[in-house]
Amino acid sequence: MDVKIPEDLLYTKSHEWARVSGTEATVGISSYAVEQMEKEIVNVELPEKNAKVQKGESFGVVDSVKAAFDLYAPVSGEVIDVNKTATNQPEIVAESPYGEGWLIKIKMSDPAETADLMKPAGYKTFLESEE
Amino acid sequence: MNPYLCGTPEERGKMLETLGLSSMEDLFTCIPGELKTPGFPEMPPLREYELKKEINRLASRNLCMEGAVSFMGGGSCEHFIPSVVPALAGRAEFVTAYTPYQAEASQGSLQVFFEYQSLVCRLFEMDVSNASMYDGATALAEGVIMAASQAKDRTQCLVADTLHPNWLEVLRTYTENLDIELEILPSKEGVVLPATLEGKLTDRVACVVFQNPNFLGCIEEMREISEITHKAGAFLVAAVDPLSLPLLAPPGEYKADVAVAEGQSLGLPPYFGGETLGIFTCTEQFMRKLPGRLVGMTKDTRGRRGYVLTLQTREQHIRREKATSNICTNHALNATRATIYLSSMGPEGLSEVARSCHQNAEYAKKRIGELAGFEIPFAAPTFKEFTVKMTNGDPGELAGYLSGKKCLIGPALGSFYPERKDSFLLCVTEMRTREEIDRLVDAISEIIIRKGKK
Amino acid sequence: MIGKGLIPDVASIFEISRKGRRGIFPPAATVPAPERELDKRHVRTNPLELPEVSQPDIVRHFTNLSRRNFGIDTVFYPLGSCTMKHNPKINEAVAGDPRFECLPAFIPDEAASGILQICFELSEFISTLTGLPGVSLQPAAGAHGELTSMLIMKAWFNSRGEKDRRIILIPDTAHGTNPASAHYAGFTPRKIDSGPDGNLDLEAIKPYLDSSLAGIMITNPNTLGLFEKKIKGISELVHEAGGLVYMDGANFNAIMGIVRPADFGTDLMHLNLHKTFSTPHGGGGPGAGPIAVTGELEPFLPKPVVVKKKDGTFALDHDRPSSIGRMRGFYGNLSVVVRAWAYIRTLGYEGLRETAGAAVLNANYLRKKLEKEFEVPYGDYCMHEFVASLREQKKRRTRALDFAKALIDYSIHPPTIYFPLIVPEAMMIEPTETESPETLDRFASVMEELNRKSMEDPESLKTAPETTPVSRLDELTAARHPVLSWPKEE
Repeated sequence: MDVKIPEDLLYTKSHEWARVSGTEATVGISSYAVEQMEKEIVNVELPEKNAKVQKGESFGVVDSVKAAFDLYAPVSGEVIDVNKTATNQPEIVAESPYGEGWLIKIKMSDPAETADLMKPAGYKTFLESEE
Repeated sequence: MNPYLCGTPEERGKMLETLGLSSMEDLFTCIPGELKTPGFPEMPPLREYELKKEINRLASRNLCMEGAVSFMGGGSCEHFIPSVVPALAGRAEFVTAYTPYQAEASQGSLQVFFEYQSLVCRLFEMDVSNASMYDGATALAEGVIMAASQAKDRTQCLVADTLHPNWLEVLRTYTENLDIELEILPSKEGVVLPATLEGKLTDRVACVVFQNPNFLGCIEEMREISEITHKAGAFLVAAVDPLSLPLLAPPGEYKADVAVAEGQSLGLPPYFGGETLGIFTCTEQFMRKLPGRLVGMTKDTRGRRGYVLTLQTREQHIRREKATSNICTNHALNATRATIYLSSMGPEGLSEVARSCHQNAEYAKKRIGELAGFEIPFAAPTFKEFTVKMTNGDPGELAGYLSGKKCLIGPALGSFYPERKDSFLLCVTEMRTREEIDRLVDAISEIIIRKGKK
Repeated sequence: MIGKGLIPDVASIFEISRKGRRGIFPPAATVPAPERELDKRHVRTNPLELPEVSQPDIVRHFTNLSRRNFGIDTVFYPLGSCTMKHNPKINEAVAGDPRFECLPAFIPDEAASGILQICFELSEFISTLTGLPGVSLQPAAGAHGELTSMLIMKAWFNSRGEKDRRIILIPDTAHGTNPASAHYAGFTPRKIDSGPDGNLDLEAIKPYLDSSLAGIMITNPNTLGLFEKKIKGISELVHEAGGLVYMDGANFNAIMGIVRPADFGTDLMHLNLHKTFSTPHGGGGPGAGPIAVTGELEPFLPKPVVVKKKDGTFALDHDRPSSIGRMRGFYGNLSVVVRAWAYIRTLGYEGLRETAGAAVLNANYLRKKLEKEFEVPYGDYCMHEFVASLREQKKRRTRALDFAKALIDYSIHPPTIYFPLIVPEAMMIEPTETESPETLDRFASVMEELNRKSMEDPESLKTAPETTPVSRLDELTAARHPVLSWPKEE
């Protein structure tokens, strides 16, 4: 499997990533999740701007042909931006999950929540144990 | 003597040997002995001929409808069924096929369902139809639940009291434990006035439910109701009569968001209410949210056109408790009948049926309205059914008398609406002739004369 | 390819349509035109654009469509969990009697005495087979029966002031409808894991035995084809904690006439008439999912209920104050009810028992044959079905899906694949009792041949099927850009 784990991101057990910048976090799904869906992403459902998200709770869904993956928020806060390209062209999430296929931007209500997210090395170990 | 086992006791004995077992009981040692039932009551098996005699005995206990003329309605009535419908739908490969999960082996069923979806969309003028549900009442309940789930922070559902009472009960049962509050809109003279609706529309209302024509037979002000509903930011869920749609405005024309129907009139016999077809349509906005099976058109690896179940991630076998519904089937064979009915009748045939229903009912309405002791209480226009009020008599008694003359009317409205104990429904479809309607009127006149109420 | 010319291509009904053609003429109108037309605001303005097809073309279209289908009448269909047994034609004949077909729904009970008696008798058969006295024939399908039962459970707890009982335990092997139905009734499903032997263990239940427990949904035999050995103990624990036991009766074919679910603690259950009781699947319905419940839950059944009055006649009883309400517009999928009644009358209880035995024998016989080359992870014996895992084959890049598609070229409908979820590359095989030993032998040898091919020429499985009108379809585009109806002409 061709799984990339960029060094500048933090990861969750449910295969979301977070790019933290000050009080903001950009969120997407890892290339492992994309591989699990055999790169065949059919539909992406995201919340609206200004929606509130809670750490660990579902904020949307990514559908492949045969499966649906709930998206779980890595941190709590308010949604300040939603990637319309991802919802209009779901293929972009499979092609560029860390770049153009980002999903939402959250203004964090409690930046300390990032402390228990996995660092790249930890995520890599976690993936190995899943196999 | 079991006609459906495919092997002899000797063959079964040999099979047991290959398993190292000596008797059939050995196959059930995994079941604790205390749980095994020692014996069941005696029930002698019946051979085919004996079974046929038994069925004949039971079927003859039903009212003999041969030579009977039915003016009975209330959502279950007699319509014309072309012979091609049972002949084609009865093909073994349609009847004995499983759900088309393996698309390559089920292009027959899949193309039929796709054509069903297409025909329904055009008849209803709606964007999307699923491949059918159990019946109109459950389709309505699912439609309300879907609309409510899409209406942010709105949990109220306004329902016209002219909705079929059984359908309202199903809606109540389905929404009992969900965060949906039903509020009933009172009717006046057989319809719910747009002003009544307007008075109840707040920003708490997720959706509005109207049946057209309604249970009392009356045509509602659907265009106005739709406008008012949308202005208030709510969804319109319409329950319609499919055979009225060549004549009456289809739900897409008045911009319904969800439109459902009972499809029994599209090629199914009444069967004591036991043959049903839930038609479910909606606008494109709900495409990834609607319940039930969906068939899509696509191409195979060689570019040939093919059909496949699609958007399955809405469904229970994938989403489990997060599915948009728990439904696992459609009423496939009944949808097949409806597809054959709609495509063989064509726009001309269907228009003729709609016009005949309307014309026949208008004629009956006029003649009955002229009888002493009878009136047509509502001024609202009607399609194939209408309410008849007896100013001095009992609908039950009348129905009993007419039944003796092999003429069925009803249902009586007293069991549904206590204030309407004096009224009953009359349904006149394309199956009824002028002669039959005249005979009904004559029979009713006779009872009037007999009771000296002229 | 043999038969290619025999089964023509079938265009869309919209493509064979030609302006002005028609083939069916409904009854002619015989009354004068109405005095007044309907007002414009009530009337359709856009023309009705439906296909215009001659009658001979209609017949050819649908006849040829039917030939593009597999059916149990044409091929072996070992679909696990579906019980694709033979659909007897005598059942079709009796169910199609015009004296049943022509009755309108609102006819008085006395006029429907025959059909009501059949409903009553079927309810009695179901009671006897399950050990549960309260029966409703209303549900249109198994999932509908599940939902009905969940609503009954809710109503019963509410009537006892136990509104906080929310948790429904559901095994990891359960069918997807189970958690969906529980959720729809307002419960919270909680997954419990099966043990390493494929059975549920009491230990898995113990953490949940408190006052928030509503109950458990079990399938027995379970979807691995195994009888839940600890079921009586599990039911006892759930009852002690104040919960109820619901059984998904999809696998009843293995135990009918042998065990009554009430005897291992079941309080509510559904049956699938289109599985166990031979009524045809119809391409996905109509079937029927009647439910059976204990005497204590009987008052909550949906109304109306079919009853036998003191004078021996039959009626629909609407006077049910504790009823959950109605689950559908009328009384049930009655033609399906008549078929199931006919099936049970044909066999009698002894015949049903014998049927269960033959079903279990066929499954074990087939399992033993396949075990040589395919992994069957659970148990030494199975009941009426078993689950193989094709994870070894997956290592050769030939997955359960590829084997399934390849079977189609051998005129065999594939078994159920990728269910239950706990078995990797699952293939669930249920032959049923209506298959001969030679059909089972053939299936085993075809599977062995495919296994050989998967080693020698894996690509040949990946291009299958090749003998059907279409090969594998582009499901990705169908889901990304769905085309759900025939496009209108611009």
